[in-house]
Amino acid sequence: MANSSREDFIKNLPRIYGLYTGGFVLFILVMAVLEQLGVGAATIGILFVAFTVVIYAVIGWLSRTMQVDAYYVAGREVPPVFNGMATAADWMSGASFVALAGGIYFGGHGYLAFVVGWTGGYVLVNSLLAPYLRKFGCYTVPDFIGTRYGGNLARFIATVILVVASFTYVTAQINASGTIASRALLIPFEFGVWFGLLGILLCSMLGGMRAVTWTQVAQYIVLIIAYLVPVIWMSNVQGFGIIPHFSYGDAVNRIAELEAAWGVGAAAGGDAPFGGVRILTTHHNEPGTGLASWKFISLALCMMAGTASLPHILMRYFTTPSVRAARKSVSWSLLFIFLLYFTAPALATLTKLQVLDPELASGIIGKSIEEVMALDWIQNWAAVKFLAISDFNGDGILQVNEFFMRPDIVVLATPEIANLPYVISGLVAAGGMAAAMSTADGLLLAIANALSHDLYYKIIDPKADTRTRLIVARILLIVIGALAAFVASFRLTGILGAVAWAFDFAASGLFFPLVLGVWWKRANRAGAIAGMVLGFAAGSFYLYLVRFAGMDPWLGIDHLRFAIIGMPVSLVAMVVVSLATEEPDEETQQMVDAIRDPSGKAILSREH
Amino acid sequence: MPDTSHKMVEHWRKTRNLTIYVLVLWAIFAFVVHMFAKNLNEASFLGFPLGYYFAVQGSLVIFVLLIFGQNMLQDKIDEEAGISEG
Repeated sequence: MANSSREDFIKNLPRIYGLYTGGFVLFILVMAVLEQLGVGAATIGILFVAFTVVIYAVIGWLSRTMQVDAYYVAGREVPPVFNGMATAADWMSGASFVALAGGIYFGGHGYLAFVVGWTGGYVLVNSLLAPYLRKFGCYTVPDFIGTRYGGNLARFIATVILVVASFTYVTAQINASGTIASRALLIPFEFGVWFGLLGILLCSMLGGMRAVTWTQVAQYIVLIIAYLVPVIWMSNVQGFGIIPHFSYGDAVNRIAELEAAWGVGAAAGGDAPFGGVRILTTHHNEPGTGLASWKFISLALCMMAGTASLPHILMRYFTTPSVRAARKSVSWSLLFIFLLYFTAPALATLTKLQVLDPELASGIIGKSIEEVMALDWIQNWAAVKFLAISDFNGDGILQVNEFFMRPDIVVLATPEIANLPYVISGLVAAGGMAAAMSTADGLLLAIANALSHDLYYKIIDPKADTRTRLIVARILLIVIGALAAFVASFRLTGILGAVAWAFDFAASGLFFPLVLGVWWKRANRAGAIAGMVLGFAAGSFYLYLVRFAGMDPWLGIDHLRFAIIGMPVSLVAMVVVSLATEEPDEETQQMVDAIRDPSGKAILSREH
Repeated sequence: MPDTSHKMVEHWRKTRNLTIYVLVLWAIFAFVVHMFAKNLNEASFLGFPLGYYFAVQGSLVIFVLLIFGQNMLQDKIDEEAGISEG
C-alpha cells in the first residue's frame, strides 16, 4: 500500500509541481489585480512572503516521516530533474539572490571569479565525486570518510570540519531570511530572524531530507521566477531587448565609454554619511594581468574545490535512485543554477547603464542634484539608508563619486528604477526569502544529520533504536537552528566574507580526503587524518593571520582565498603520511573497486 | 572470474581517461581563458568583448555542456561493460 502510493507520488511529480507553478503565477496575477484596486504596497509584501512560507510549511508537514532512510536520504527516490531543482535551491543562497548582481556591479571583472567558480565546481562534483559517493550509499559525508578509512577518529574529524564550514554559512542565511522577513512583514530584525528560523524548521523538522527535498523544489520555482521576471520585464520596458542576456554586449562597451567620461575610479569626495554604502570605483570590464589574473583564478579555484566539498551539496546526490540518476541530477543542477548565474551579470550591467547613461531617462549621474533627489526610488531607498547623495564639490551636479549605494540595491530596486508595479517588488522579496530558507534548510540538516548519525549513533551509542535516532536528530536540528539564529541576531557584518570562508574551510579540510578516497586506493586512515587536520589547521591559521593578526597576504592570497594555503598542505600531508604507513587492507581496496562499479548493491546497506 | 575482472579494469581505464579529458577542458575554461582576458577583450563576440564574454557566459555554457556530454559518454562506457543498470 504505502509503496504503491509512493510510486504514484513520484510518477505524478511533474503534474503536482506544474499545478503548483500555475497556482503561484495565479497568485501573482491576483496580487497585481489587488494592487490596481488600491491595496497598499506593504500589504502586498506581507501577502507574498506569508503565502509562500505557509506553502513550504505545508509541504514540510505532508512529508513527515519516521523511517531512517526517508529522514536521511529522502528514501532514495528523487528523480534527477527534481533533484536538480532541489540542489539549485540548496545551492543558491540569499547572498546569491540578493548580493551577487551587486557584487558584480561594484567588483567588475575580478568579482566574476565567483560566477565562474560557483558554476565550474559542478564539473568537479560530477567527474570526481557524486556518482561514486552515491554508489557508496552513505547518509552523510563523514559517513563516507568514516567507512572508507575506518575508525571513529577520521569520522569525528570530518564531522568537526563539516560543522565549522556549514555553521559559518548558515548564520549568514538566517541573517538574510531575517532581513527579508523584517522588511516585508514590517517587524523588527530580531523577530524577523526567529520568524525565518521557524519557517526553516517547519520545512525540515518532521520530514528531514524528504521534506527538505520537496520544499526546495517549490522554493526553486519561486526563486527563479522571482529573479528572471523583473530582469526581463525591465529590459523590455527600457528597450534593452526582449531577452537581455544575448544583447547586452553593447551596454558593456557603452559603460566603458561612460566610465572614462565620468572619471570612474576617483575616490569619494568625502566620507559616506552612514555605513554599508559605497561609491563605484572599479571599472566594469578591466581584467588585469599578473597579480590580478592570479587573484581571479585563485578565487575561482577555491570556490570550485569548496563546491565539491560542501556536505549540504554532496548529500543531495545521495537521494537519487541510482548512480546514473546521481550523475544526471548533477547536470540538471548546473543547468538550473546557470539560469540565475548568467542573468546576474546582465542585471548588473543594465542597472549600471541605467544609472550612468545621461541619454536614458533613468540616468542620474551628471544631472542636477535637485532633480535626482526628487525621484521616487531615490527618496524611498535613501529613507532606509540604502543610498546617499552628497554634493561634496558643491556644484549642484551629481558626480559618480558623490553617489553612494548598498550593493543589495541592484536586485531589490530594479523594479522601482525601471518603474515596474509594486507586485514585482513583492515577488522579489518572496524569491529572496525562498533562496535564503532553502539554503539554510540544507545546511542545518547537513549539520544535524552529521551530529546525529556520525557522532551520536556511530560513535556514542551504536545500539540506539530508530525512534531514538530520529528524535535525537530533530532535537539537534532545533538546537543548532536556535544557536545559528542567536548568532545571526548580533548582525555580525560581512555576509559575503562568511560565505566564501565556508568554501575555503571545506576545501582545505575535506577536498583531498574525499577525492583521494575514490581515486587513490593507496590512501589510508593515517593519511586521511593528516590531510584533514593539517589542511584545515593550516588554512584556518592563515585566515587568522591575514584577517585578525594584521599580516600582509602573501601573493594576494587574502582571507577570501585561504584554501590556496590549506589545500596543498592537505594534499602533501595526505600523500606523504599514506606512503609512510601501511597500505589499506584487502577489504578496503575491494571496497574502492566496488565504488567504481556503477552496478550492483551499494556498499552500505539501505538502513544503517 | 578473470573475464569480469578484465572487463572491470577496462571499464575503469576508459572512465579514468574520460575524466582526464573532461578535467583538461574544465581547466582551460576555468583558468586559462581568464588569465588572458585582457588580450581576448580585443576580439569581440556577439557584441561582447571576448574575455568578458567568457567570464559571464562562455565558460558557464561550456561547463553545462561538459557535464551533459561527459554523462552521455559515461553511460555508453557503462553499457559497453554491461554494468549500466546500477
